Order: sequence, then structure tokens, then C-alpha cells
Amino acid sequence: MDIVYTLWLRSIKRYVRSKSRILGSLGMPLFLLLALGFGLNSVVQIPGAQGAGYIEFIIPGIIAMSVLFTSVFSGIQIIWDKQFGFLKETLVAPVSRLEIMLGQTFGGATTAVIQGAIILVLSLFIGLQFPGISGFLIAFVFMLLIGICFAALGIAIASKMEDMHGFQLIMNFVIFPIFGLSGALFPIENLPAWVRMVTYLDPLTYGVEGIRYGLLGTAAISPVTCLAVLGGSTAVMIVIGAALFRKASI
Amino acid sequence: MTAIHVEGLTKEFDGFVAVDAISFDIEEGEIFGLLGPNGAGKTTTISMLATLLEPTAGTALVNGVDIRGDQDGVRKSIGIVFQDPSLDEELTAWENMDFHGRLYRIPRDVREERISTLLRLVELDDRKDSLVKTFSGGMRRRLEIARGLMHEPKVLFLDEPTLGLDPQTRNHLWHYIKSLNADKGVTIILTTHYMDEADRLCDRIAIIDRGTIIAMDTPEHLKGLIGGDVITIASPDAASIPAVLTAEWITRIDLHDGRVTVHLREAESHIAELVGLLGSHAIEISSVSIHKPTLEDVFLYYTGRTMREEEADAAARMRMMHRPGRR
Ligand SMILES: Nc1ncnc2c1ncn2[C@@H]1O[C@H](COP(=O)(O)OP(=O)(O)O)[C@@H](O)[C@H]1O
Ligand SMILES: [Mg+2]
Repeated sequence: MDIVYTLWLRSIKRYVRSKSRILGSLGMPLFLLLALGFGLNSVVQIPGAQGAGYIEFIIPGIIAMSVLFTSVFSGIQIIWDKQFGFLKETLVAPVSRLEIMLGQTFGGATTAVIQGAIILVLSLFIGLQFPGISGFLIAFVFMLLIGICFAALGIAIASKMEDMHGFQLIMNFVIFPIFGLSGALFPIENLPAWVRMVTYLDPLTYGVEGIRYGLLGTAAISPVTCLAVLGGSTAVMIVIGAALFRKASI
Repeated sequence: MTAIHVEGLTKEFDGFVAVDAISFDIEEGEIFGLLGPNGAGKTTTISMLATLLEPTAGTALVNGVDIRGDQDGVRKSIGIVFQDPSLDEELTAWENMDFHGRLYRIPRDVREERISTLLRLVELDDRKDSLVKTFSGGMRRRLEIARGLMHEPKVLFLDEPTLGLDPQTRNHLWHYIKSLNADKGVTIILTTHYMDEADRLCDRIAIIDRGTIIAMDTPEHLKGLIGGDVITIASPDAASIPAVLTAEWITRIDLHDGRVTVHLREAESHIAELVGLLGSHAIEISSVSIHKPTLEDVFLYYTGRTMREEEADAAARMRMMHRPGRR
């Protein structure tokens, strides 16, 4: 456990120090929130959500998005450690790769939840009603699960990559689809059946709906289902990430 | 006591034999050098001993622990300074040390005491709170050595410890390595392709070329083996010199990249005759020098090539390997 903590601590230190990265990665979610939220608020009617406008609807989606992006990036950071040689220092120590992988995962998840929480707090100023303590807690649990799940995915990807060359490919064919298909920006109830099937295959869908339940009190999927599916996906992702990281060569 | 016992250690990469069944023993408290050109297989050897690479064949015991049987056992008892940088540049010197101490599960009070002692030893205590990205090459190297010592390893691996450093910093580091070995009794195994470094630092040297050990002994014995003196002649007609120099007082003659190396006894009494001989065959001489054999001469003696030529070959092989489309 102390090894996991050591790696977690390093992630946090690096995160706190990279002020420009923190600000930089807030830019896109805030931009989407303002542009889409205010731009489409009067145009788009969300069926079923009485009174709630489009901006309230996408706030959970945008929070989920910033958690997703930050956690995947932090997992992929391992490639930098590989290139700058620091990974060797960790791998030659008498500690298991599982501990290293878990430390990196939790570190990444923590920074991702902090990013998401910043968006959440800012959202309170642009129309999000305070959902109560329990609502907040529910949202945090789902943010944390998204963070762990996708930090582990980032590590799995990084274990298979030699350098950053494949990064664009990963962004376009893995990360954006995960975001786009998750119902972060549109309600999934009214989709054609086959598209809805695809969204049900995306673990982020359950994260988005879970956060939505916490913050708005309504969701397209029951929160228990969300918790079960996202929790299961997270467990599977950790196993995959750990297995691939164990075999990764330096 | 034997610190490291290596037997038939071999590493193949897709059919290319990088390390070819090498065997050697290192005694506790020794400074042992692996000397060889780039691409000889030094880093591969060290990586196997440090459990970062799985050997294709052979065995090795580090502090009596099998590198394949008990990896964690080996890892606990060794420290390593890699050839390439391995610090976290976004952390301070102190934080890099602290991270290492935690990874090796050193309790907090011991950890903090050792960090300050070691940072003082490598003269970085006044910069302990600076980010590593602000450090010079020499400072980084010193920090890496301090870090490698933190868990008090019995064996310290130094892979090209002074690569790319200026002469003054190299001298400085040599001094540290010597005193570490003397004061703490740490067994040191270092790799280098600098002759003078191996000569100055090591109790014993294994000269390694193309994955095999071609000679192993103390620097004095290695040089003594050749015996006598060496005359090096640089000339535009170097290729035609060996045919001219057939006198019986010449024990050996080598031709390599525009130079001729002549091994002989009592060079001072023969130099005039030698120059005269070349003059009578109208062979132009750019320079002549007499010196005692160096490790470079030892390498040349055993391989018929200079280290520089070997490196050029290894570099050519690397380019072949990395040609696009091969992957
Ligand atoms: N991972 C690898 N895959 C393929 N070839 C390798 C790998 N690592 C090293 N080599 C090759 O093995 C040889 C020895 O390399 P190395 O041990 O790094 O030499 P040295 O440290 O003596 O310069 C070189 O020819 C190098 O190209
Ligand atoms: Mg090397």
C-alpha cells in the first residue's frame, strides 16, 4: 500500500506543479459548456426533464468528459516515463508491477476527479442548482469510477505503445468515440434502437448517467445499474491494464 | 566472497547475439570494469544482471541470489545508475531521493537522514529543493549515483557513468566512485568505452567486443601482456608500411584507419632505423609517436581493430535495424 501511495504522491506533485496544463485542460470543457449550453439552451428541448434546460443537461456530460480526458492522459503519461527513462528506476526496485500500476491509476484518477470537480463548481455559477450533499457524493463516486476506469485504459494503451506517435490515432478512434457515444451531449432515450445499443456498450454512458442522477435527480438509466456496470467495467479495465503493464518492456 | 558470479550468460535479440555466453566472477569490494566499444553488449549484460532483461541462456548469481530465481532478492541488494537519464525532471533533487527511499521501503527517519548525508556527499545539498530540470549533466549524474546508494546496496552498477561529461566533472566523479568503494566497501561494476576511465578506476577489467569477453585481468597485466613499446605512425601511405617493416625486432604490426601500430622492444634504439627505412622507400610520414601500451593497444592486439572502427560497425548495424519497413 505504501508503494501505491508513493506513486500516487508523485502523480499529485506533478499535477499540482503543472499549472499551465491544469488551466489548459479546463479550456475545452468550459468552451463546450458555454458554447453548446448557452448556444443551444433555447433551441433544444430535453424531453422528460421538466424545467431543466439543455445547459443543465450537458453539465454532467462535460464533467464526465474532463474526467475522461484527464484520466486517459495521465495513464498515457507512462510513455513519457518510458522515454525519459524514469520508468526504469521504478521497475528495477523490489516492488511488484501491480503496485506501480495501481499507484499510477489512482494518481491519475485523483487528478481527473479534481479537474471534474473544478468544472462542477464552476457550473454552479452558470445555472446548476445545488443538488444537496448526497447528490454531490453520488456524482463524486461516479467521477472517481470514471477516473479509475480510464486511467487504467490509458495505462493499457501506453503499455502497448513505444512512443507518442500513435497518440492522435488513439484520440480519434478511442477517446473521442467513447465520449461521443456516451450520451454526454444528447439524451439516449430517443435514439434509434441500434445507436442506443452502441451507447449501452460504452462504459462512460453509465458514468454520465450516474453523475446526471446525482446532480439533476433524473437519469435515463437507473443509478444502481450505472454503479454495477461502471464498477464492473472499472474492475475489468484494471485487470487488463495490470496484465498489459506487467508484460510491457522498457 | 564472490559478489557476482556469471556463467554462460547469453542474450539474443531476434537471432542477433548481443551477449554471447560470457562468464566471469567479481569479488566483494572490487571495482570491476566492462570495457568495450558502443554496441559491444555492456548495457545488455548489466540489464540482465539487474533483472531488467531476461537472459536467453546462462545463469548469474548476484550476492548469491539467482537473477532468474529471485528477482526481488537481487533488486534489494543492488543499486544501478543507468546509461540514459532516469530522473523525474519535474521533481526536486530531494523528492527524487525520497521517491526512491519510499520504493525501497526505508523508514522515514532513516530515509531523511540518508538523503541529507548522500546529498552532502555528492555536493548537491544546497540545491536539494531545485527541480532536476534545472540541473547540469554532471549534477544529474551525481544525483543518480546518490540515489543508487540510498538503500545501501552491496553492489552498485554504473553504466557509462561519465558519458558526455566534461573532463573536470569526470575527474570529480571518478573521485567519488573511488572513495565510495574505499569507504563503504561497495562492490562496483562499471561499464565504459573510455580507456583512461577503465585504467584509472578499475581493479580488474573485462574487455568485451561483439558480445564476448576477449581479455580479463588487471589493467597492469593487460598492458604488460603486450610488453615492450608501441610506435604509432600516421601516414598517407599507411597501407604500404607493413610490407616495408619486416625487421626481426618488430613483434607485431597492425594497420588501421590510416595508422600503423608497431609493437617492439626498446623503441628508443630502433626509432631512427625505422624512420630511415620508411624514408628509403619514399613513404611520407605525417607523425610518429612512441608510447607504452595502453588499453587501446590491448584492444587492437586482441581484435585487430580499434574501438573506433568497432563502433562505426555497430552504428552501421543499428541503422540497418532501424531502416523503415523492417519493423
Ligand atoms: N532491445 C534490443 N533489441 C534489439 N537489439 C538490441 C536491443 N538492445 C540492444 N541491442 C543490440 O545489442 C547490441 C549490444 O547493445 P548494448 O548492450 O547496448 O551495447 P553497449 O552498452 O556495449 O554499447 C547492440 O548491437 C544493440 O544494437
Ligand atoms: Mg551501453
